[in-house]
Parts: sequence; C-alpha cells; structure tokens
Amino acid sequence: MPELVLQARNLKAYYITEAFGVRRTVRAVEDISLAIRPGEIYGIAGESGCGKSTLLKVLLGAFEPPLTVVGGSVQYTFDGDDIDALSIDEADLLALRWAKISYVPQGSMHVLNPVRRIGATFYDFINSHRPMSKRASAGMVRDYLAHFDLSPTVVNAFPHQLSGGMRQRVTIALATILSPRLVFADEPTTALDVVVQRGVMQQLKRIRNEGGSTLVLVTHDMGVQANLADRIAILYAGRLVEEGDTRTIFKDPKHPYTRHLIASLPTLDERHARESIQGRPPALDNPPSGCSFHPRCPYAMDLCKHTVPPMVMLENGHRAACHLITDGTDNAAAA
Amino acid sequence: MPPRPDEPLLETLDLTKVFTIRQGLAVTHFSAVDGASIALRADTPTIYAVAGESGSGKTTLARMVLGLETPTSGRLTYKGREVAKLTPSEKRHWFFREVQPVFQDPFATFSPLKRVETYLVETARNYRDARGAEIDACLDEALGVVGLSLAEVRGRYPNELSGGQAQRISIARALITKPSLIVADEPVSMLDASLRMSILNLFKELKDRQAVSVLYITHDLATAYYTADRIAVMLRGWIVEAGPVEEVLGNPLHPYTRLLRESVPQADPDKAWTVDQTMPKPAIRFPLAGGCKFAARCPAAMDRCHREVPAAYEVDGRRVKCFLYE
Amino acid sequence: MATIRDLLRYSPAFRFGAIILAAVLVLVALSFVSPFDPEARRVVPRNQSPSWQHLFGTNSQGQDVFWMLTHAVRNSLVVAGLAVLIGRGIGVLLGMISGYLGGAWDRTLSALVDSFIVIPRLPLLILVAAILRGELTLVTLGILIGLLDWAIPSKRYRSQVLTLREREFTNTAVFSGSRSFKIVMKEHLPFLIPFLLADLVSGFLFAIGLEITLSVLGLGDMNAQSLGTMIYWGNYYQSLLANRVWVLAAPVAASIVIVIGFYFASVGLTTYLDPRTRLARIQVRG
Repeated sequence: MPELVLQARNLKAYYITEAFGVRRTVRAVEDISLAIRPGEIYGIAGESGCGKSTLLKVLLGAFEPPLTVVGGSVQYTFDGDDIDALSIDEADLLALRWAKISYVPQGSMHVLNPVRRIGATFYDFINSHRPMSKRASAGMVRDYLAHFDLSPTVVNAFPHQLSGGMRQRVTIALATILSPRLVFADEPTTALDVVVQRGVMQQLKRIRNEGGSTLVLVTHDMGVQANLADRIAILYAGRLVEEGDTRTIFKDPKHPYTRHLIASLPTLDERHARESIQGRPPALDNPPSGCSFHPRCPYAMDLCKHTVPPMVMLENGHRAACHLITDGTDNAAAA
Repeated sequence: MPPRPDEPLLETLDLTKVFTIRQGLAVTHFSAVDGASIALRADTPTIYAVAGESGSGKTTLARMVLGLETPTSGRLTYKGREVAKLTPSEKRHWFFREVQPVFQDPFATFSPLKRVETYLVETARNYRDARGAEIDACLDEALGVVGLSLAEVRGRYPNELSGGQAQRISIARALITKPSLIVADEPVSMLDASLRMSILNLFKELKDRQAVSVLYITHDLATAYYTADRIAVMLRGWIVEAGPVEEVLGNPLHPYTRLLRESVPQADPDKAWTVDQTMPKPAIRFPLAGGCKFAARCPAAMDRCHREVPAAYEVDGRRVKCFLYE
Repeated sequence: MATIRDLLRYSPAFRFGAIILAAVLVLVALSFVSPFDPEARRVVPRNQSPSWQHLFGTNSQGQDVFWMLTHAVRNSLVVAGLAVLIGRGIGVLLGMISGYLGGAWDRTLSALVDSFIVIPRLPLLILVAAILRGELTLVTLGILIGLLDWAIPSKRYRSQVLTLREREFTNTAVFSGSRSFKIVMKEHLPFLIPFLLADLVSGFLFAIGLEITLSVLGLGDMNAQSLGTMIYWGNYYQSLLANRVWVLAAPVAASIVIVIGFYFASVGLTTYLDPRTRLARIQVRG
C-alpha cells in the first residue's frame, strides 16, 4: 500500500441556507472517498453543478457556513505525520497552507493585490515562511518566473499591467514557488487562450516532475485532463461515479455517464456524428432518488431508481459505482 | 428578395474596424478587424466558422455583420445590400427578418425580470403577422425544431432554465423569422461539454433541413471542426487562413493555424503531447507599423516578414496570408 | 398585494416605516373632518397648554394646534407630492431619452441638464418666493420646487439606461423587432423601478425640507397651514421664549416623524425590489 498524501473517507458536505422563510440544503458532496498518492497528478472532472469546487474547498479545510461538513474525514500525511484537516485549529491550518499545501483558486487572475507590485506580493509571502531580504526574494522570484516564460520586468509591474494569461502564470508561480508538497488547482487554465494554456499545463507538469509536488487538478475540460492527469475521478451530482487511470477512463470507461461524456467530446481527427447526453444535470438541492444519473441513463433499471449503487473495485485501481457492474451483467458493453 | 445566382449571401471586402482609445491626452488606434474578406455562398446553406483567440476580432466581425457596429472602412454586404447603410426602418422590416443572432451567454440574452416567451411572442408578432392563437402555433413550431415545446417554456423566467434550454430557446426565437443567416457568437462555450453536441447537431440540422446558413464564431477548434464546412482563422484582426474546414484544420498551412492546432489539448491520452512546445515570445500588443502580425512569434519568420505585410495567397483552394505561400 | 404582505413579513425597516406612515395618513384623513377651518383665527382661547380639550394646546392666533397640524401635514404632503411628480417625472423622461438615443439628442440634452445643475436652488427659490411674496400658493410652490429638482436625477437615470443599453437582452429585443420606445419601457424600466422608488422618496423628503425652509423664512404661503408656516408663526409669536413649547414641538416632531417614516419604508421597499434580491427570491422558490 503506497503511502498516501491525502485521504478522504465518506465525505459529506452540504450548503444549508435559509432565506425568505425557505430552507434549502444543497448536497454538494455526497459520500465521497478518495486517496491521493504522492507525486501524482490527480484530476477531478465533472460538469457544472457536480460539486467539484466544493469538494476542493472541503479537502483544503477552507470552508465556512453555509457550507458545513456533515460527515466523513479528511486526512493529510506529511513525513509520516497524520493531520486531520477538519478538526485542526485555524493557526495550524494556516501554517500548513502555502508551505505544504497550496491553492490556485478559480479566476486566480483576480487574487493579486492590485495596488502592490508583483515583487512585493511575492516578498510578503516568501518572507512569512522563509525569512529573507527583499533583494534575495526578488532574485529568487525572477529566476522562478523565467520558467514560466515571464520576463524579469514582471517583478516590478502591477497586476493590471499584465495580460490575463500572464497574471494566471504569476498566480501559479506564487502558489508553487516554495515547492509545496500538495497543490490544489481549480480550473487553472479555463480563461486562457489555447496557446498560453499549453504553456501553463507544461509548467504544471514540470512542477510535478522536477519539484516532486502532488497536484490535484479540478477542471471540466477533458482535454486538459487527458494531457495532464495520471488518474481521474469523475464526479456527478456530488458523488464519485468512476475513478481510474487516465487511459482507462478515456478508452474503457464503465459508468454510463463517463461513457457518454467521453463519446460526446469532439476531436480534431474525425467528424463522425456524436450525441449529447439527454436531459440535464440534477439540481443538488433536490437530487433524484437512488442513482442520481438514472433519469438520464439509457440503461436505467428499476433498481437504479431507489438504491444508490455501491462503489465496485475493478482491475488496476479502476472503480465505478453502477448497478450494471455490480450485477455482473455488462449491458453497457453490449450496447 | 431572391438573390442572384452568383451573388453571395454575405460578403465582406477588406472590412476594417478601428477603435479609438483615449487615455487622457494619448490616443491609440486599435484595429479590431483589419482588412477581413470572407464570402458565404447563397446557393447552398453553409456553416462558416470564424475561429480565433481572444482579441482576434471575431466578435467584432460578428457584430458588424449583425449591424451592431459600423465598419470604419471596407464593404459588408448581405444579399447585395450594404448593412451599414440600412436605415433603422429597413433593418426592422427586412434585415432582422433575414439575419438573426444567437449570443454567447444564454442567460444574458433574456432579461432576468421577464418571462422568456415574451421575446418569442414579440418576434412572432412582428415578423409572422400572427395574432392570438396563431402566435402560439408559431412558437410551438419554432420550439419544436429545437426539441422543446411551448408548454414546457411558458411562464418561465431565465433563471428557472438550464443553460442548454435557454440557449435552445434563444435559437428558437431566432428561427421564428425564418432567417437565411444565423450569426452565433460562441453559442456553446458557456454550456457543459456533454450538452454542447446537442446544440451543434442542431445547427447542422438547421443547415440541412431548414436551409439556414450559420456564421459560427468560436475559439474552440474542435467544435469548429465538427460543425463547420468552411473556416476562417483570425489573428489580431487579420484572416490568416480561410478554406474548407477539413483541410485548414487537417493540414494547416499558416504557421499560426499550425500553432493553434497543436496547442489544443485533445481529449485522448494517446494523442497527448510528448514534446514540450517552446513558448512563443510574448506578443507586442500594438505592433509598430508594417510587418506581419505574427512575425514576432513565428518559427518560420524571415527578414521581410518584419517589414512587409503579406497578401492573401491562393493555395489549394484556400487563402493563406503568409509569404511562405507566395 | 403579495408584495406588501411579503414586505411586512420580512423587512423590519418597512414595518417600522409603514406604521409611521399609517399614523401620518390617519392625521391627513382627520384633516378632512377638522372642526376648525385652517384659515380661521381666534376660534379658541389663545396660548393654552395641551389639555383634553386641545390635545396639543393652542397657539397665539387662537387656533387649535392639533387640528392645524392635520391640515399642515396634508398640505406639506401635497406640495411635496407635486414637486416630486413634476421633478422626477421630467428627470426620468429626459434621462431615459438621453441615455437610450445617444448621439446628438444625448449631447444636447446633457448640455441642458448640466447648465441646470449649476443653478443654486435654494437662493433661487428664496429670490422667486420673495418676488412673488403674497401670491405664492401651495400648488405654485410645489411646481416651483419640482421644476428645480429634475436635473441631477436625470443624470442618474441616463447613466442607468446607458448601462442597460449595453446588455445583451437589449439586442435580443432589437432583433425581435421592438421599437426603441417599447424597448426602453419594457426592458429597461423594470430595472429602474427600485431606483425610481428610492429616488421618489428622497425627492419627497427634499421637497418637504425645502418647503419647510421657505416657510420658516416667511416666504411660503403664509395664510395656509403647512409644517413650515406653523413653525414660522410659532417663532413670530415667540413661543420658545414664552415657554409655549407645544406650539413648535408639534410641527417639528411631525416633520421628523414623517421623514423617518418615509425613509425606513423606502429602505425596505428598495431592498425588496432590487433585481438582485428579487432574483434570489425567485431562485429560492423555483
């Protein structure tokens, strides 16, 4: 059993709100268990409303009401020490963050302080973890930014003087400059032009290859997942429906949602007709009973309507939650 | 009025749009669209993709086609008539009947304070001369084409709909006037990947069954490849390559098209990148006069590329704006 | 209406304001059954302190302060109402035309508006009132205040319409064949309504304040009863020095209460009508 850097067990997190006399519970994370190995790039994929951003926030311990963790645990392991992310106190969590754990949030272009120069923002951060002089910090920053193909003049610039793509690279640089052990990235390349995106993706891979960091990458873009991730977890309606290494997910998926998702993606090689999945993702405040995919699933059986399918282990760490697999009847393959 | 057989449906000749930006006393001129020439045939319905990254000018081009922006120079004609010279009345009575938009954000397309069917009713009343029960029949027909029905849609506010539904309703509204051309600006970029196909397939159906041409603006090459018949690739206001989509994207000639195509992460781990691409040098935002706009980042740049502007050369049934193909 | 019910249930500000306004309306209603004519003098013993016979006492002109107050409240509200209708009415129209049509219309109208803004209103009003002294009726006063209060609001409406014009649904309406007037009325006006209501209230309060100021200075319609004229006559007969506080306390307290009541009601109303909270409500129920 390889040492794991992060383990989540039966995690349940809901948004509980009350407004204008109406109480609403959004079941954003429903009974998710996963394990992340050191040095891998772990992709969390899913479409809008599947709960992946919420899952990330919970894994980080960065949540506040109305988001509440209703059950389960999140455990980090650094150098043999186990840390329970959900019961740890604020100060320890902050110390962990940015030193061992780093987070590139969605829309990260906007997290830079607009009235401070880039160099100053970096200095504040570096100095709080590794005290050093401003000059030393600037030098370190310049060297590191060069890896992102950013010129040394960026250090003296203000965020608004840089393009969106450059700001994105700066934010990723900021998150990774102290070689954190674990980097969480939420849609790090979504707003970028395709050419810049490739550069950023290459740099993320380099961070893993050269720095030995573990990356948790949340994105709905399956092309990005295919090119970056080692293993992928597919989320649907707050649940983990399938997980496996990248090749298996793309070439031999077992869950009907994954199969149809992969089949509906256009490529640049051939133009044969493809189909969308009919229907639309469920609202998480009123999810369907049983398997949350059953209203849209072409193979839905009676069982699917009232029983949540259990996660079944297949070969090579591939697992999926679908009654078709548990049954042993592989109707999906015949279809 | 029926077009003459050789007259294109939509044609732009050297179309240019310059925005003047004033910051204090400094004035900059920014060419959003710079000498763009494209043509859509009238005889066969076509899906024509205009692809490019942000800042390429594709949205400005679309807005000029719709008459929402006026060109600075060049000609833009629809069925032989110059769009910029149409009076508001001509637009309302003729142009909007022929050309309809589909916008990127289906939720911005409708006012959040109004029921969505009000727009469809308004369109039907103005362009189909319908009254009372006829209006309902009209709406049902258009919604049927996009896979919905009036019963499902009636009384709904935009926030009660999903992105896919709202976008379909937007397309249905555009279809009510029975247009010849739909200008779709990034119609699927805000939708989930698994739902995009249904909209793209719908466009193909509109072309095949309803004889509607589509000007499809996008930054996503894969969807352009899937949906379009022809494609024009834009870079900072220029059309650098234009032609049949399978050729332009299957075998790109212009270095920029090549770069774009290679940079698209394919949803197939077997086609994952194996070699790191060297990042092109950061582009200068406002180039000094003269020279090819791609020269600063082009792997094949020659000396003359920095000084002279290439013309659009005809190669193998397409047009490529590059000295390599002179 | 369901709106009012919702407001009363969820907005403490509105509840508070509504109670006060209800009391004010009761006063106004009472003015119609007042046993005393507002212009009559020496109908009751003068300078009596509050008693069961005269709830707020009597003033130096021999009038019952309570019943005069009911007339005063009614008249002040009328003046303010007129001012607001005229002022904001012009402001909205000009602002929306300017904002939507743009171009030459916008430039001309904006130039007009800008020149009006520069005019100092209070000094001008004092001047006009002084010139028209004696001939200024409440209605005229209302119209006058209104004519001076449309400039700044119209700029705000213009800027709102400018933003709304850039939103994509405006284009949808254009391509649906709607004419400009219909677009402004059906697409843009709904967004302006909460803003309009808040603006109406602030205009109202401004007009009341202006009326009181003028009347206190002796420039309003001195024969009629208004909150300002009551204060004026109270000062004229040196009520404060002679320790007849009730003569001044009534109109002053009433003014304060009216202002507070309107303010709270408008705060509650605008929060409720704000498109953002409105959407949140629709989402929660939907």
